[in-house]
Amino acid sequence: MLEIKGLKVELEEEDKQILKGVNLTVEPGKVHAIMGPNGSGKSTLSYVLSGRDGYKVTEGSATLDGQDLLAMDPEERATIGLFLAFQYPVEIPGVGNMTFLRTAVNAQRKARGEDEMSATEFLKVIRAKAKTLKIDAEMLKRPVNVGFSGGEKKRNEILQMAMLEPKMCILDETDSGLDVDAMKLVADGVNALRSEERGFLVITHYQRLLDHIKPDVVHIMADGRIVKSGGPELALEVENNGYADILAEVA
Amino acid sequence: MSAVKRIALKEAKQEAARSRLDGVTRPEGGAWITSARENAMARLLEMGLPGRRDEYWKYTRPDPLTQAAVPTAAVFEHDDTPVFEEIDRLRIVFVDGVFDAEASDSLALTGVEIERLESAATSDIHWAQGLYGALEERGQNPVERPLAAFNTAMASEGVLIRVTGRPERPINLIYRHKSDCSDVIFHHVVRLEDGADVTLLENGPAAARLNTVMEIEVGAGAGFHHVRAQGRDHERHAVTHMFARLAADSVFKSFTLTANGKLTRNECVVELCGDDAVAHVAGACLGDGDFLHDDTVFVTHDAVNCESRQVFKKVLRNGATGVFQGKILVKAGAQKTDGYQKSQSLLLDGDSQFLAKPELEIYADDVACSHGSTSGAIDDEALFYLRSRGVSVVDATDLLTLAFLAEAVEEIENPELAEELYGRLDGWLTRRRSR
Repeated sequence: MLEIKGLKVELEEEDKQILKGVNLTVEPGKVHAIMGPNGSGKSTLSYVLSGRDGYKVTEGSATLDGQDLLAMDPEERATIGLFLAFQYPVEIPGVGNMTFLRTAVNAQRKARGEDEMSATEFLKVIRAKAKTLKIDAEMLKRPVNVGFSGGEKKRNEILQMAMLEPKMCILDETDSGLDVDAMKLVADGVNALRSEERGFLVITHYQRLLDHIKPDVVHIMADGRIVKSGGPELALEVENNGYADILAEVA
Repeated sequence: MSAVKRIALKEAKQEAARSRLDGVTRPEGGAWITSARENAMARLLEMGLPGRRDEYWKYTRPDPLTQAAVPTAAVFEHDDTPVFEEIDRLRIVFVDGVFDAEASDSLALTGVEIERLESAATSDIHWAQGLYGALEERGQNPVERPLAAFNTAMASEGVLIRVTGRPERPINLIYRHKSDCSDVIFHHVVRLEDGADVTLLENGPAAARLNTVMEIEVGAGAGFHHVRAQGRDHERHAVTHMFARLAADSVFKSFTLTANGKLTRNECVVELCGDDAVAHVAGACLGDGDFLHDDTVFVTHDAVNCESRQVFKKVLRNGATGVFQGKILVKAGAQKTDGYQKSQSLLLDGDSQFLAKPELEIYADDVACSHGSTSGAIDDEALFYLRSRGVSVVDATDLLTLAFLAEAVEEIENPELAEELYGRLDGWLTRRRSR
């Protein structure tokens, strides 16, 4: 589904290489986790895949179902089924959460040549999905992420994911800033979306999120490369011994 | 500036006023209005016309508003439904400054007396006697507003509204523009008796060149709600003044939407004279190209525990200019004053500019006053966030532009009226897309 081959990326502003040849394939129905120390390039990978400005791809490719992601605008990537749950969801004063979600859902439907969702239908669907994430009507009415707690912002990301039903979900440190209860809620939301057709790439610092969202494959990223891949046991190894041992081993 | 130079400048302004009035036919009327007009004329001749050297006109050239020759303005043809059309209201229609009886509703409404200035002026005494020109005259100090005095001296049309109760429908002044060279002066007076409450709507371009003064006396516990949508004619010029005086526990709320227009100067002068009074003045403007919009606001706190709020938002592109001059004056003794002032612009390109002069002048020691003025582009982070959810860059930009203006539009308490104005803003943005 998601295929990344030899991806090399520099910062546009300065001549600094962040990704130094990333290879990664996520199959439908699978959950891949990327772990790694600070500054290893995990978040950059998520931004480059979703089309954020400020990065220059110097080599390699990234495709979703064979379609060249890197040639597309961010909105086109979303339309073909890519979703990024932000590490720091953006506050947008003046835009109601509900308006935002409905605009997004219908923009994608329209771009795919599907009928737009009516206001009544939308309301029915969103209420049901918000309820399972414990997002109340008040939160849906408020401006996007404005005044939301850390946990509320992350739940709101998962709600967007549930509404947009993407094929390929990237979660960038969704566990950061969450207490145990909130993490459980977010993980339940993600698990509810797991299916045969959908792939996940979960970026995290810590193993604990992976207790709740069980990965099929775990990758260790360091200095712009994936240095080791393995099963869920790799995450436990990191938890117990830190990154130092693994990095020493592959060096 | 040297004293000699200052005197010479003043004389030049006075001379400009004299020559402007030369050969102009003055309106006739009964004793009460004749005396008010003559007083205003004397004020004007003393002040002189505003010139480009005046500090108060530093950012906006007054010439097109002061000169004898009317700058022409093509009538903007469109087939959109006029704003407020869906609202149940009492309509008073003027076409190029001339009252249109056929298009207007009967001026009868429970809880309010409405009369046209033209007919009231013929009587020898009138309830507006102590008001017409009086609030304008108070507003001349500490800053001179000669174009308002000119208005008081020369106006022959307008409405006099005395609100005694709580009329169930808003009153809507509709200003149609049919002639490319119309030069129109309106002078309105609104008096709200104690405890009265009214909503006044204004819409339309009115003329090629417009000069409007509205004087509003708000009695104790009364509420004045004002929503205005200035017409979209690109070449029009307009100067408007609102002079309001608020008694204790009264509320004054005014919102103005301005889309297009070559030059618009909206002055609002509010005096909080009774304790616990509230004044909110807000505006949203959209300018594209040859556009200058100037909001000049002067709020005086002269009583205890009053609240004032100014919220002005401007969206500018293609070389459009926005001006904000806002002042809060807190007089000695006006303790517990809560004054707030916000003026912001969203510059959609590098050619546009926003000039802001926020001022606070405070002579009381127990007050909370704040002001903030910013100028910026669309937020890249927010734009990317929206796009990453599948919203196109054009839709996302419009959504963020509307969001920027929302804080000003939210000042309108009536959701139905706010919805009308959101529709206008949305329409303006949509039309800009096809260009």
